[in-house]
Amino acid sequence: MTVTVPATAVPVCDYDALVPDLGVAALVGDTQVAVFRLDDGSVHAVQNLCPFSGASVMSRGITGSRGDEPTIASPIYKQVFSLITGECLVSMDKQPVAGGPDLAVFPVVLDNGQVMINLAGGE
Amino acid sequence: MGAQRIIVVGAGMVAQRFVQSLREADDAGRYEVEVYGEEQYAPYDRVALTSFFSKAGPEELLLGSPTLWDDPRVTLHRGARVTSIDRAARTVTVDDGSQRSYDHLVLATGSSAWAPPIPGVDLPGVFMYRTLDDVAALRDWVRAKQTLVGRPVRGAVIGGGLLGLEAAGALQSMGATATVVEFANRLMALQVDDSGGEALKSLIQRLGVQVKCGLATSAVEADASGNAGTLKFSSGGEQLVDVVVFATGIRPRDELAREAGLPVGERGGVVVDDACLTSDPSVSAIGECAAAAADEHMSIGLIAPGNTMADVTAHRLLGREEAYLGADTATKLKLLGVDVASFGDAFATTPGALEVVYSDPFSGAYKKLVMTDDASTLLGGMFVGDASAYATLRPMVGAELPGDPSSWILPEGQAERPELELPDAATVCSCNNVTAQSIRAAVNEDGIHDLGELKSHTKAGTACGSCLPLVKKILNTELEKSGIEVSEALCEHFAMSRASLFSAIQVAGLTTFSDIIERFGTGHGCDICKPTVGSILASIYNEHVLSDGRAALQDTNDRYMANMQKDGTYSVVPRIPGGEITPDKLLVIAEVAKDFDLYTKITGGQRIDLFGARLEQLPEIWQRLVDAGMESGHAYGKSLRTVKSCVGSSWCRYGVQDSTSMAIALEERYRGLRSPHKLKVGVSGCARECAEARGKDVGVIATEKGWNVYVGGNGGFTPKHAQLLAEDVDDATVFQVIDRYLMLYIRTADRLQRTAPWQEEYEGGLDAIKDVILNDSLGICADLDEHMAHHIDTYEDEWKAVLEDPARLAQFTSFVNAPDQADPSLAYVEERGQRRPATPAERAAMSGASRSESRV
Repeated sequence: MTVTVPATAVPVCDYDALVPDLGVAALVGDTQVAVFRLDDGSVHAVQNLCPFSGASVMSRGITGSRGDEPTIASPIYKQVFSLITGECLVSMDKQPVAGGPDLAVFPVVLDNGQVMINLAGGE
Repeated sequence: MGAQRIIVVGAGMVAQRFVQSLREADDAGRYEVEVYGEEQYAPYDRVALTSFFSKAGPEELLLGSPTLWDDPRVTLHRGARVTSIDRAARTVTVDDGSQRSYDHLVLATGSSAWAPPIPGVDLPGVFMYRTLDDVAALRDWVRAKQTLVGRPVRGAVIGGGLLGLEAAGALQSMGATATVVEFANRLMALQVDDSGGEALKSLIQRLGVQVKCGLATSAVEADASGNAGTLKFSSGGEQLVDVVVFATGIRPRDELAREAGLPVGERGGVVVDDACLTSDPSVSAIGECAAAAADEHMSIGLIAPGNTMADVTAHRLLGREEAYLGADTATKLKLLGVDVASFGDAFATTPGALEVVYSDPFSGAYKKLVMTDDASTLLGGMFVGDASAYATLRPMVGAELPGDPSSWILPEGQAERPELELPDAATVCSCNNVTAQSIRAAVNEDGIHDLGELKSHTKAGTACGSCLPLVKKILNTELEKSGIEVSEALCEHFAMSRASLFSAIQVAGLTTFSDIIERFGTGHGCDICKPTVGSILASIYNEHVLSDGRAALQDTNDRYMANMQKDGTYSVVPRIPGGEITPDKLLVIAEVAKDFDLYTKITGGQRIDLFGARLEQLPEIWQRLVDAGMESGHAYGKSLRTVKSCVGSSWCRYGVQDSTSMAIALEERYRGLRSPHKLKVGVSGCARECAEARGKDVGVIATEKGWNVYVGGNGGFTPKHAQLLAEDVDDATVFQVIDRYLMLYIRTADRLQRTAPWQEEYEGGLDAIKDVILNDSLGICADLDEHMAHHIDTYEDEWKAVLEDPARLAQFTSFVNAPDQADPSLAYVEERGQRRPATPAERAAMSGASRSESRV
């Protein structure tokens, strides 16, 4: 299978540097991105900024699932977000400090053992 | 219009209830209340007076929420006795000479202890059993006498009623012998019949209390020093004594009302109607000082009717139509550990009533049900020695009892008990007068599905608590009826409780999350079950929290072994066992704090917290602390936090044991022990309790002979004082009972359930826990001991283990692609010489300033 790597995608680390079910933070330009490798081998990237606390901590949350949806929980106040759409699934009766409750999701491309993040493809 | 003034004379339990009831319902602030009590204390739980001996002080017995007395509309005057009432002027005079006017007056003066007018009743060494001061004086006397005579103090109690047996228990708990002398031919003549009295007598004698019935005391004679020394009986006999307690009845305190010209009952008590009003519509009387029409103008010496009168009076003052319809004299008591209960027509006075009786020759229990002549309808009952059926049967009075009535009094298992459906009108909680209907309505109409919420919403079970099993049963039945499953599921991935999952993992010997969820769950887990499994694995195997892929299970605090703060940085707390630290170690902490610019604060647990460390700085900080001989304080874990202590006998003038050494030993024993919630321990070197150990999950308090161990104390959202588990034990026993208590808690508690609610909800409560720990009733003590020994043997410092492992160290970086770069979003301002995270407004101002700078 060949993958087309968009011109705006930036390499952040080796795929092998990621531990299953754990996240890391990466700096792409000025943007902090949280990158997760799940136990099925898939890699997901979302904004590292937690909308409910304003702290850049999403990479340090716990991965899991709600139904079939892979999720990430913020380590600060435990809101749960979809890793596929970024939608906030559990708000814990709190309001975001600024902006909306959902996370931005960034496309991830795996190329030759490298994890590439494409900020331009973000929603 | 200003608020109207209500004056309450008396500050006992019923006065407290009246004020609470009024304040809760008086939303519009129609009334202000002034309460005058002659005792020095705020209203306390007189029913629990005997527990004064097992508790630390009078504050333990205080009733209700102390915030009631902070309410600006409520004023409590302690040590202030009302001396007269002027009904025409509507004023009262207080013993300091001041006068206060009232719009409405509530008499809640209660009753006083009565002793027969026999010679010697006023000798030193003769006591009443009515107030906190009575009880405290009795205790001081027994203690002093103990030292003086050098043998067990000889105690006698005159009166074999409820209070007399309580007093006998109190004497015994102080190490004195106790003889109960009762004039009537049986004990507790008001509650039980002759056979019941006989059963009670033999059960109590088994406990070492002597009982003499049918004996009249004619005098107390003085010994050579002028103190009570000999009891004389009318029959001619005598008995040597060191202390005498009179519990020969109470008399309503109606003297103020008499002097004010209000009618009183034949046997005392202010006469009131169904509205609890006296002949003067501006004066009410409630509780033991009142003689209500509905009670045939007799004063009732029970708390439940007093509470009802208080509620009726408060609600009528607010315009609600309520009436006092007479006392439910049903009672359930535990005297010297023996259950005694009676309800309804216990003496079978209804014409044609049938008595179904069961006496158990082995246990000594006596049980009786009173039924209508066709044996279909329950009229009442009586229990001595085993009152387990009381809570279920009492609300069924007047209702048809399905099946064979004897099934309720035969030992459990001998006959099948039919399922009972309580009638709506049945009173479930007689203390607070809550019916089955109101509980059902709270569940079905107000959507309350939690026992705790149900209690606070309906007040059921909040006074004596004896009806709680019933309340819980109604809740579950109603939930099942409406198709709501009473779920114990941890989360969508595990359909079992934490306790079940714990034993499942332990029995199956599983060690990884993937094996565990494959075997016992579904899906991929979540932020609820993963940390729970991580904690269970740590509790069972005591391996490193980051070993074998377990990092992904941990909450961020455990994953990085530090406490995440609001801006995503961490705080670091090195262990300072027992709060003891050398100046050299303090210097190292100070240098680390300076070098990393960490905000520094002393914690409540006698440690030092260093705030503002970034993820990538943690290993460097730990290295410096570990090099200086320090280790992780587990401030981040659901695990043992600290063992707080006072300085103890090594320095303190008053200390009786070395509390600091004990605290260090305990902290080093249980450090790193993962549990369902955080654990805190305290050790005090004497009864002054400077370490506040009874606010901890485990509190150890020095006594002259050793240590008392208390368990289940909590600060936090619902503060609880710890309860006594073991008394006057040596060091080795302290360790043993705490080992077992903590292991039992770790194995059986729910997720995030602290020790206080755990031991409350444990089947059989603290008594059952004691039985497991002290008497090995489940046969698991050896296993619990072994498990704790494994924990102690395999303990390692988590910080040091990370510093020695490059793979784990690699997790401590800010950015995977820029490991040396700090999180650029962090911003701080200085306050009192240290930094703190900037508020959103401060951040906005800062970025504005930096923009204008960059333009220059």
